[in-house]
Amino acid sequence: MKAAQENLVTLNINGLQKNLYVRNAETLLYTLRDQLGLMGAKPGCENGDCGTCTILIDGTPINSCHILTVEAVNHQITTIEGLLDQTVQNDFIKNWAIQCGYCTPGYVLNSYALIENCPDPDDAVIDEWLESNICRCTGYQEIKEAVKSMLNVRKNKNGSYY
Amino acid sequence: MIAFDFEYYKPTTIQEAVTLFYDLQANGKIPHYYAGGTEFISRARMHEIQVDAVIDLKGIPDCNEFQFNGNQLVIGSAVTLTTIADSNLFPLLSDVSRAIAHRTARNKITIGGNISGHLCYREALLPFLLADSEVVIAEKKGIRTTSIHKIYQNGVQLNDGEFLIQIITDGQFSNYPYWSSKKTKHSNVNYPIVSLASMKVDGKIRVALSGVCDFPFRTEQLELVLNDTSYSEQTRIQQVLNHLPGATHNDMHGSREYREFVLAQELAKLLQRSKGVS
Repeated sequence: MKAAQENLVTLNINGLQKNLYVRNAETLLYTLRDQLGLMGAKPGCENGDCGTCTILIDGTPINSCHILTVEAVNHQITTIEGLLDQTVQNDFIKNWAIQCGYCTPGYVLNSYALIENCPDPDDAVIDEWLESNICRCTGYQEIKEAVKSMLNVRKNKNGSYY
Repeated sequence: MIAFDFEYYKPTTIQEAVTLFYDLQANGKIPHYYAGGTEFISRARMHEIQVDAVIDLKGIPDCNEFQFNGNQLVIGSAVTLTTIADSNLFPLLSDVSRAIAHRTARNKITIGGNISGHLCYREALLPFLLADSEVVIAEKKGIRTTSIHKIYQNGVQLNDGEFLIQIITDGQFSNYPYWSSKKTKHSNVNYPIVSLASMKVDGKIRVALSGVCDFPFRTEQLELVLNDTSYSEQTRIQQVLNHLPGATHNDMHGSREYREFVLAQELAKLLQRSKGVS
């Protein structure tokens, strides 16, 4: 343990090891954007309310505005730039679940985590997951349809897109 | 962005955390225990709190315990609300936890943070009040176990330097009939106008409330009134409103009058639901 206000840390982001100096007080949102150039996580409310900054930590959706970067050491961080499963984005496009796009990375990551963790969710479970994110353009229904579309693809292909 | 700097520590034992706290204090620093950290980050960003050191409790195994030990459900203070909600080990607590914030936030918010935090609602406390749970607290001299009622009397009664390690609940409380409801100004994700948790134990209704006063509460007097079948339901509900343990909360989310109106509606539903339930 170091009694310092800044530390050299190693982060595992999108499968890559990144060594960088961070302030202990810095949230992961700003480390991703300002130090690593990963702009997919968007600053919104910065209060954990809107979901635009959602990333995955060990596969679990987390608001990157509500986690210190030092907390993320020894965990797997996935941002929208590292999401290799393009079918999620494609379902959003096909279902018109995107308008201005500001909330989309957060929604895509949250939806991806949902289908990975709950292969057969009912409407209540889908709603529970999706209410973590706010969209001010769509009427939410298109996003829900995109998620259902992804789930159907998975079911029809025995749990795999491919 | 948090404008001030602080040191960050992640101890792996209870003793290490407590020693750190007092050592930092002895050096003229302001230490702060940290688990989920959602409230801390928000308050720090808004300049409502300033500390010199953060002591992250998530590295302490005792704070991450979540299992039955015999007939005792042990919940570590660093267990997240999502973990609790998804587990259903204590169904009433799962339901109440699921109604706090939204799922992504619950992936980070811990049970210890919710019930020891700065916000006045502390909804996750309600089931523990109903179940007369015990809390394990780290203090300078070691560890003490005490009734949850002793440390949450109209607010958190933890002393400076103490932190919550675990909450222990008798397993029988996972099996009693229960009901919970949360009413908000609008949308599912919001602070409560009224959050009610109830259980029927040995034929008697137990009820705990958040959002009504400036602190969550369960009172003997309120339960005596609710269970007194010599009075009509309407009279009992009015008596409850007359015996609240503090002033009714009054803010932008809901006026005093509106909260009392909603509370009366929820109590009426509770009395209806409890009929015929043993």
